[in-house]
Amino acid sequence: MPAGYTREIPQRYRLEAGKCKKCGAVHFPQRLACACGSKDTEPYVLPSTGKIATYSVVRVGPSDFMDLVPYVVAVVELDDGTKLTCQVADAAPEEVSVGTPVTLEFRKVNQVGGHGIIKYGYKAVLDRFVE
Amino acid sequence: MRDVAIIGVGLNPKWGELWDKSLRTLFAEAALAAIEDAGVDHVDSMYVGCMTSGLFAGQEHLGSLMADYLGQPGLPATRVESACASGGAAVRSAFYEVASGASDIVLAGGVEKMTDVGGDGATYALSTAADADYEVYHGVTFPALYAMMAVDHMNRFGTTSEDLANVAVKNHNHGSMNPAAQYPFEVTVEQVLGSVMVADPLHILDCSPITDGAAAVVLCSMDKAKELAGDRPLVKIAGVGAATDTIALHQRPDLSWLGSTEKAAKTAFEMAGVGPDDIDFAEVHDCFTIAEIMVIEALGFVERGKGGAAARDGLTALGGKIPVNTSGGLKSKGHPVGATGAAQIVEGVTQLRGEAGDRQVEGARRGITQNMGGTGGSSVVHVLEVV
Repeated sequence: MPAGYTREIPQRYRLEAGKCKKCGAVHFPQRLACACGSKDTEPYVLPSTGKIATYSVVRVGPSDFMDLVPYVVAVVELDDGTKLTCQVADAAPEEVSVGTPVTLEFRKVNQVGGHGIIKYGYKAVLDRFVE
Repeated sequence: MRDVAIIGVGLNPKWGELWDKSLRTLFAEAALAAIEDAGVDHVDSMYVGCMTSGLFAGQEHLGSLMADYLGQPGLPATRVESACASGGAAVRSAFYEVASGASDIVLAGGVEKMTDVGGDGATYALSTAADADYEVYHGVTFPALYAMMAVDHMNRFGTTSEDLANVAVKNHNHGSMNPAAQYPFEVTVEQVLGSVMVADPLHILDCSPITDGAAAVVLCSMDKAKELAGDRPLVKIAGVGAATDTIALHQRPDLSWLGSTEKAAKTAFEMAGVGPDDIDFAEVHDCFTIAEIMVIEALGFVERGKGGAAARDGLTALGGKIPVNTSGGLKSKGHPVGATGAAQIVEGVTQLRGEAGDRQVEGARRGITQNMGGTGGSSVVHVLEVV
């Protein structure tokens, strides 16, 4: 697998983030420098539950995602206040609104070309899918 | 720093799908028009704004290419990139080179040749202005990012799809008076709302088009400008500001507030010694209809959350309190991404010279331009005024 893919695995597969030891700001992905001026950060794992902060329905998608349209994308605000962008899996557009509770799960994101690698990462799922 | 004037402006006669014009020809056409308009026989230096000619045309190194094809080999020339704010960033670079005294006459422009690739290639090229690893990876498109900003604005402030549509209606009306506009036709609210949905709630008629085009301006010191101006009104750059924000939309505390535009405008207003109430017209970055609504809030023309009503109520139309995008904006005039920021300044100078024809803002003395990259990850603002 290409290095550009593997180096993002901790973030994409396990929600590994960073936290500033000085001001407590959470960085996803982890950073070398915080906006507070500190360069002292530590590993931190994001919570996997949260709610939809905003969303859209992609009806004209990039070719890599063509077989998924229409699909829902969202900015999810996790329980600790961190926000990230991902798809909302298996959701009909009318099931999603601002404030809808979701859980992040490990999912296939797409498959590039006939010979390409299968890309994985986090997607948000609605509570009715969570066991 | 010394005062800087704009003594020449140039644009292609018409923007659009210009299949017979290459990247280099587009830029040379606009740049030569600006040099001719300025009445100078040479420039000392050049900045070329371009977002992604590598992806659109397989060509980087635009400083060398464009100096060569302007017939000025040897000219110091640099390409400037700040996504869709590249044109504005190029003009800002030229401003400081003249203001500092390093050069007397500097050309700044922008170009994008977008139609040599198909729709999917263009979608990919434009997506590189967002966070590749943390937004684009998940299948988010640029319309979807602005759509998410729109949903936030609608949810919190009651902005409606009709409010968005009214921005398109206004800007197409303005564009119908601009001979260079790519889509100089008028649209109705019903047509916008009935057009194909791209990313809810944005319809295709809420989006700016894919465009080939270039724009250029010639800047020089005020002393030199007074020698060259003749009888024409002399336009100066009274204020310049630039700022950045997080590259990823989701990193921002407020998902529909353009912090980079607010900061860039503050810098530009302070340099010019004026505020929003002193501005006669604005050219702003309406890459999507929701963008114009957020921008006029960040520039201080309306209160936070009140941008949605502006186009509907006629505030931002020609003849209104603060006409916005008299050129037709990105929506109707077209959006060759790297050229847009420079083209806004071309429109500003055209208005301030009183040469805007049917779309002239009566008594225009001072205008503002606002150009932004990505979802507002960067913004460049210029305040222009008649001397």
